[in-house]
Amino acid sequence: MTAAVFFGCAFIAFGPALALYIFTIATEPLRVIFLIIGAFFWLVSLLFSSLFWFVARTITANKDGPIQKYLLILGVLVSVLIQELFRFVYYKLLKKASEGLKSINPDETTPSMRLLAYVSGLGFGIMSGVFAFVNTLSDSLGPGTVGIHGDSPQFFLNSAFMTLVIILLHVFWGIIFFDGCEKKKWSALLIVLLTHLLVSALGKSQI
Amino acid sequence: MLTFMASDSEEEVCDERTSLMSAESPPPRCCQEARQGLEDGENAAQWMPWPPGTRASGPQPAGWSFRLESTTQTAHVHFHDTRARRRRAHRGRSLWPSPCGFPQRSQDSEEDFEDDADHYVCGGVPGQPSGLEEELTLKYGAKHVIMLFVPVTLCMIVVVATIKSVRFYTEKNGQLIYTPFTEDTPSVGQRLLNSVLNTLIMISVIVAMTIFLVVLYKYRCYKFIHGWLIMSSLMLLFLFTYIYLGEVLKTYNVAMDYPTLFLTVWNFGAVGMVCIHWKGPLVLQQAYLIMISALMALVFIKYLPEWSAWVILGAISVYDLVAVLCPKGPLRMLVETAQERNEPIFPALIYSSAMVWTVGMAKLDPSSQGALQLPYDPEMEEDSYDSFGEPSYPEVFEPPLPGYPGDELEEEEERGVKLGLGDFIFYSVLVGKAAATGSGDWNTTLACFVAILIGLCLTLLLLAVFKKALPALPISITFGLIFYFSTDNLVRPFMDTLASHQLYI
Repeated sequence: MTAAVFFGCAFIAFGPALALYIFTIATEPLRVIFLIIGAFFWLVSLLFSSLFWFVARTITANKDGPIQKYLLILGVLVSVLIQELFRFVYYKLLKKASEGLKSINPDETTPSMRLLAYVSGLGFGIMSGVFAFVNTLSDSLGPGTVGIHGDSPQFFLNSAFMTLVIILLHVFWGIIFFDGCEKKKWSALLIVLLTHLLVSALGKSQI
Repeated sequence: MLTFMASDSEEEVCDERTSLMSAESPPPRCCQEARQGLEDGENAAQWMPWPPGTRASGPQPAGWSFRLESTTQTAHVHFHDTRARRRRAHRGRSLWPSPCGFPQRSQDSEEDFEDDADHYVCGGVPGQPSGLEEELTLKYGAKHVIMLFVPVTLCMIVVVATIKSVRFYTEKNGQLIYTPFTEDTPSVGQRLLNSVLNTLIMISVIVAMTIFLVVLYKYRCYKFIHGWLIMSSLMLLFLFTYIYLGEVLKTYNVAMDYPTLFLTVWNFGAVGMVCIHWKGPLVLQQAYLIMISALMALVFIKYLPEWSAWVILGAISVYDLVAVLCPKGPLRMLVETAQERNEPIFPALIYSSAMVWTVGMAKLDPSSQGALQLPYDPEMEEDSYDSFGEPSYPEVFEPPLPGYPGDELEEEEERGVKLGLGDFIFYSVLVGKAAATGSGDWNTTLACFVAILIGLCLTLLLLAVFKKALPALPISITFGLIFYFSTDNLVRPFMDTLASHQLYI
């Protein structure tokens, strides 16, 4: 496929995240560090969910058929749960860290919880988007015809937009989640979890 | 190895060759003692048998002074770079390049320290009960982490870009003599055994080189070390660059005639030698060091067989841990010898990013950053292909934190972070191997990249807590290895299945 597809899809998927990074995060070293730690937490959550899926698949002895489909759906749901769990763990860590930072540097302004919520959401989102899309993107540089087997020829465009949506959603979920944790509004956490499950389950129609 | 150290590029003799820069936090001592120690060390330093053309004046050895103030709740310790303070006091003269490229030290700088002495109170370091409250100012900690993230990321990007595009570095064209056992064996057990044997040989070569270097340093054979390092940097800058350029041109099918090639490689190499061994702009020096680390990493990726590479990575981080932390470890002995002599250890393989801060400001003043970076950092060396001992000195150095509120705004302090090139090389080897063998998967590469950065972050955090020489490889390489194997075997099938069904989690 062409370079136009590659660059177009790349910028559709990662353009806003890149802009957010350049204008809000890249200037402050502490924010960059929190972003990378957030990405790391998402990575660890993905690791655990893959482990779960792998174990489940090994238990069912890799039989083909509908069982694989259900296993995949279960894998997705468990993955969402684990991601939100790790978001909570990251919230706890950030809470402790910002208390520590405050006690050490009472005169300096430490990032507020809302800012950290944004940064952590962006970290989660960037990592999630990159992991979802970068392999597809690199394939788009190579030779091939999209949709030759009857699939949609808009595969790349769809994926790019979906990635963009996921990145932004992670940012929003991060902010809402942390806000709910701060104000002890557990309904906010539930809403985040449910909407995340909803978005992931939307793809179920593709299977 | 990570440790605190002031950016002492001014003090070091430009011909000094050290492969390791670390200095343990000196034990807490009274300010009077500190002054005494400094003067003694200064006298001793003046009579060192340095190579000619160095040390126009007696540079002050590494000096530490502690300023402690008590607070209500937490203890505060502000580390000072006394050299920086003296330098500030004589800014007009002190930045004039001396023949060896270092700012002149004024001999009448003691009164500056005299002034400081009034502000100092005896105290201790964290972990050593002092009775006085201490505070660790992490004001500049985040900046240092980023100053290391950027070059490490750049090196990895160069390596990954080359691996993904130039086929030469993923082709198997024989092995180094350091890994004589082949991995082309019929059984898995045999292959594992061969890779372990390869690792043992490689690690023993590295240990032998390290001990040789320590012995040379102990017996003050500076010329020999100097020559050794120049030879290795010549080889890296000319031969490996020539090969690299040739392969890149082949990949993109660009023709270049020999005169142009000669001119290009000659200029690149000559400027590199000058920048690294003598004087040059800091940015150029950093760029050359990154290029050299990338070239070295590419050589390792090409010539180390698959399983041997992974086992070697694991073994070298264990060796690093042992060598830096054990009392009889070669690196630790090197550090202690250098401290006894009150001279900086050989800065071969040290990447330095000196920055100038205006004291009293919470943030780095961007305008001062470009203008006043130390242009001369001649002790920067590159890794040597022959001396495999040197890759085992991965270190990061943090200068003492300035934090002296109340200083005049004109005064500036110099802070830089130093990381051993061995660290760059092995990080890039890990990520490059992930890119080369991860079955064309970018997720594995990215996961290793993030893991290594997190490891570096954690290591710097530990450095801030423990304030003594720490190895930089173990945590990052451990994370990198864990994430490589788990991503390659667990995450990749999961993500592939999800992506093919267009499911987003």
